[in-house]
Amino acid sequence: MEWILFVSQVLNGLQLGILLFLLAAGLTLVFGIMDFVNLAHGSLYMMGAYFCVTLTPLLDSFPLAVLAAIILTFVLGVVVELVVARHLYQRDHLDQVLATFGLILFFNGAVHLIWGAEGNPIRLPDFLDGRVTLFTDIEIPAFRLAIIAIGLAVAVGLVWLVGNTRMGMLIRAGASNRRMAGALGVDIKKLFTLVFALGAALAGLAGMMIAPITEANIGMGDDILIVAFVVIIIGGIGSVRGAFIAALLIGMIDVMGRSYLDDFMKLFMNNQSAETASPALSAMAIYILMAGILYFRPRGLFPPKNR
Amino acid sequence: MIAVLLALAVLPAVTGAFDQPFLLDLALRVMILACAAVSLNLILGFGGMISFGHAAYIGIGAYAVGIPAYYSEYSGYIQLPIAIAAGALFALVTGFICLRTKGVYFIMITLAFAQMAYFAFVSIEEYGGDDGLVIDQRSEFPGIINMEANLEFYYVVLAFLLGALFLVYRIVNARFGMVVQGAKGNEARMQSLGFDTFRYRLACYVIAGAMAAAAGWLMGNYNYFFSPEMMGWTRSGELIFMVVLGGAGSLFGPVLGAIVFILLEEMLSGATIYWPLILGAILVAVVLFARGGIEGVIAALERKK
Amino acid sequence: MRIGRVKHISQVAIAVIGAIVGAAMLLTPALAADKVKIGFLTTLTTPAAVIGNDMKDAFDLAYAHIGGKMAGLEVEVIYEDDGFKPEIGKQKTDKLVKHDDVDFVTGYIWSHVLLASRKSALDAGKFMISANAGPSKIAGSLCHKNFFSTSWQNDQTPMALGEVLNQRGVKSVYVMAPNYAAGKNMVAGVERTFGGEVKGKDMTKWGADAQLDFSAELAKAKASGAEALFVFYPGKAGGAFIKQYMQAGLNESMPLYSVFTVDALGLPKFQKADMQGVLGSLATQFWSPDLDTPQNKKFVPAFLEKYGRYPSFYAAQSYDAMFLIKSAVEAVSGDLSNMDGMRAAMEKADYPSVRGPYSYGNNHFPIQNFYLREATTDSAGRWTTKIVSTVYTNHQDVYAKECKL
Repeated sequence: MEWILFVSQVLNGLQLGILLFLLAAGLTLVFGIMDFVNLAHGSLYMMGAYFCVTLTPLLDSFPLAVLAAIILTFVLGVVVELVVARHLYQRDHLDQVLATFGLILFFNGAVHLIWGAEGNPIRLPDFLDGRVTLFTDIEIPAFRLAIIAIGLAVAVGLVWLVGNTRMGMLIRAGASNRRMAGALGVDIKKLFTLVFALGAALAGLAGMMIAPITEANIGMGDDILIVAFVVIIIGGIGSVRGAFIAALLIGMIDVMGRSYLDDFMKLFMNNQSAETASPALSAMAIYILMAGILYFRPRGLFPPKNR
Repeated sequence: MIAVLLALAVLPAVTGAFDQPFLLDLALRVMILACAAVSLNLILGFGGMISFGHAAYIGIGAYAVGIPAYYSEYSGYIQLPIAIAAGALFALVTGFICLRTKGVYFIMITLAFAQMAYFAFVSIEEYGGDDGLVIDQRSEFPGIINMEANLEFYYVVLAFLLGALFLVYRIVNARFGMVVQGAKGNEARMQSLGFDTFRYRLACYVIAGAMAAAAGWLMGNYNYFFSPEMMGWTRSGELIFMVVLGGAGSLFGPVLGAIVFILLEEMLSGATIYWPLILGAILVAVVLFARGGIEGVIAALERKK
Repeated sequence: MRIGRVKHISQVAIAVIGAIVGAAMLLTPALAADKVKIGFLTTLTTPAAVIGNDMKDAFDLAYAHIGGKMAGLEVEVIYEDDGFKPEIGKQKTDKLVKHDDVDFVTGYIWSHVLLASRKSALDAGKFMISANAGPSKIAGSLCHKNFFSTSWQNDQTPMALGEVLNQRGVKSVYVMAPNYAAGKNMVAGVERTFGGEVKGKDMTKWGADAQLDFSAELAKAKASGAEALFVFYPGKAGGAFIKQYMQAGLNESMPLYSVFTVDALGLPKFQKADMQGVLGSLATQFWSPDLDTPQNKKFVPAFLEKYGRYPSFYAAQSYDAMFLIKSAVEAVSGDLSNMDGMRAAMEKADYPSVRGPYSYGNNHFPIQNFYLREATTDSAGRWTTKIVSTVYTNHQDVYAKECKL
């Protein structure tokens, strides 16, 4: 029985890590290339989920709704970039933090106004709503497996995009040396808009993946955003590969902490306090990890070169 | 600005005359948060250290009221020094690590430590965990001042605010402050002049932490309540907002920022439950169009004259 | 220049004071003595607002049913939002009692908000009536003569559920609840009466940033080999939990016993999502929409007609709060300065409650029946809950003896 639980938890950790990666990928690119701290990235995650909430019954298909919602979040990303973000690239981080903090409030208020306060469920099609049996006796919900598959596909696609295409070359150039990318004579403004919107679409996709599990909620992006920041800091700002590794690491730590920390703590304190303290302590673990990594490697695990 | 302080000084008489005790509460909250914003301004505005975890110190200060009170120790002579010492110690330990990093890494690592403090207090069952605890009386200073009386408490808070402003004023204009400000602009130059900038910056960081913890001590007393929520990252964000709204690096800016922020929030949240929408839009607009905050705008207007 | 500066400063000072007082005046409703003012604090923002809105709707309905009058006096209700945070709740309670000078404060969904706000309301000499939260401390050591509840003490409902588990011969359970005051009370309650083994327990992060993905906990529950699952997940978390419980297929192997989780707020959503597995799940409660009392016969159909959905227990308690206040105001013929008279009247619980007649204990918590409810379908095909049996008759909470009143 023990190993069944363990494998289930590994899969759960993987799934959480994948979601974090989808969120962190855009964040780290925007940060690395435009040097822009975007706290509102979590709001794009939320907006993706809400678009999907509305579109699923309209199109009567969850996969179609996801595709349409990705496009909508992409468009929203373009709008946010044109209206707000692009005016802040040259400002210091403080102004960026503030303006995007304002955007968070704005989007939370807007969602409350449009969709109401209650959580909004998304109904999954039958083929995703069931369970899949692995290794004869591990049952996991099919949808969680789908999240892992989609996330891995996106990760591979993104690594290919960054590593093997002209756009990717520009992105890498931008991440390691902003001025050089400009000197290459590319339309840097268009590239920035594109990267920002791509990040938005990925965040939106993450929101659409989580909403059928937890429902779409106001402020759903606020706290996961902070975790996503931890991911990109640990991974090294601007590094997609670093974000991927760090996301999986943090997903695992979080799930394993939630599943085994209380048993571990019961070894040296009473049951009652172990049970109430362990969820908080497992939440703390990722911050301890980040502080530790920054202490020894002040620019994260995989910092892009030449910055 | 002197006018604003003057107004704060006579406010209790006005609220008394109009029978508006709630207004006094509001002013108290403004002044306490202004204290915290002033301390943040010392490191953020003058020192260029963007701390995204300043709310942690407010929480620590509040717990310094709450935990002794939990053991029926109400003496302010014990609670206040604990608050200041705990704040300074937390700043010393975390600052030692944080100040090795720069720029956005500094922002994130200060956030990380604040989150750790937050989750640490969430996990302590004894002191209420996530729920926090209520205290039944404020700190006692027998024979000197009765903090239970809102009016007397009001002037205690006002005195703290004036003290905080004075302290920052003295620091900024002393050699110590010059070094810290110099390090903000060009750290290498200050080092080549023979200053150990790390130590200067750390000292500055510790002073700000102790000041913010004192503000937290006031906050705990004001609320009769403390909880981990006070350390949440959105609270840190609000403090940054107050500083920048008022004008980072100007002495009185954070006070103006706190006044405007709290009044804005109070009025908007009274007017509509969709208030975050409006507040958020204002925030974005302030950053995009009003550089230098309120102080900056005032200065620009004066120049036009 | 110098004189000009002083003049400038005094001008600004006057302007600032003027602005503050002006703002206060804007916030101030017109003063009127002949009015019953009720402050209603609940959650109107964040996803938890789904509960707050239900309570507000019920209170509005009650207002309409009493014709907006008590003992000939006009009634004014002021709603405030606690943002799901104890500190904000406390500040808003301060505003209600100091600024609006209300005669009663009521509402209060959350135990931690109630605990934080308690002192503000009671020190100001106001009546505080909880229309939901019932933390153990307020029933015990922190009880107060001016505090009343129209709901229950937190431990009672899960205690009744523990009895149900015993009656049904359940030998072991796995327990999940959020990590805050009420969650701890709920777990303590079920553990107090349940005679079998608790195979494992998870307290998850609560608050505005509550944990909503329960994958790790559900996997643990499944692996624990417990016979049944006991949960307490109010509001939005309830929906998320039930969904994942079913996605994980646990409804086939571990029957669900819950308190305050499968309610009128969640069921329509579950029905929309066609989550058949939730039908038949069991919960305990002091009330149910199908309870046969005269007041309930008036309340439930009217609520259904006005809002197109069943009222939740939150709504029922809020509706009762209005009538409890009315009974107090009428007992003193509208003399709101007669606190003793109003208190004595409320202690009798002499008003038509949707749960039928009940009495108050020394700690001003109801001594009342608890029922076992099952999620089922009504005659119109809507998903709702129906009473299966009575678990407790005239049950009093265990903390009453710690109360010195």
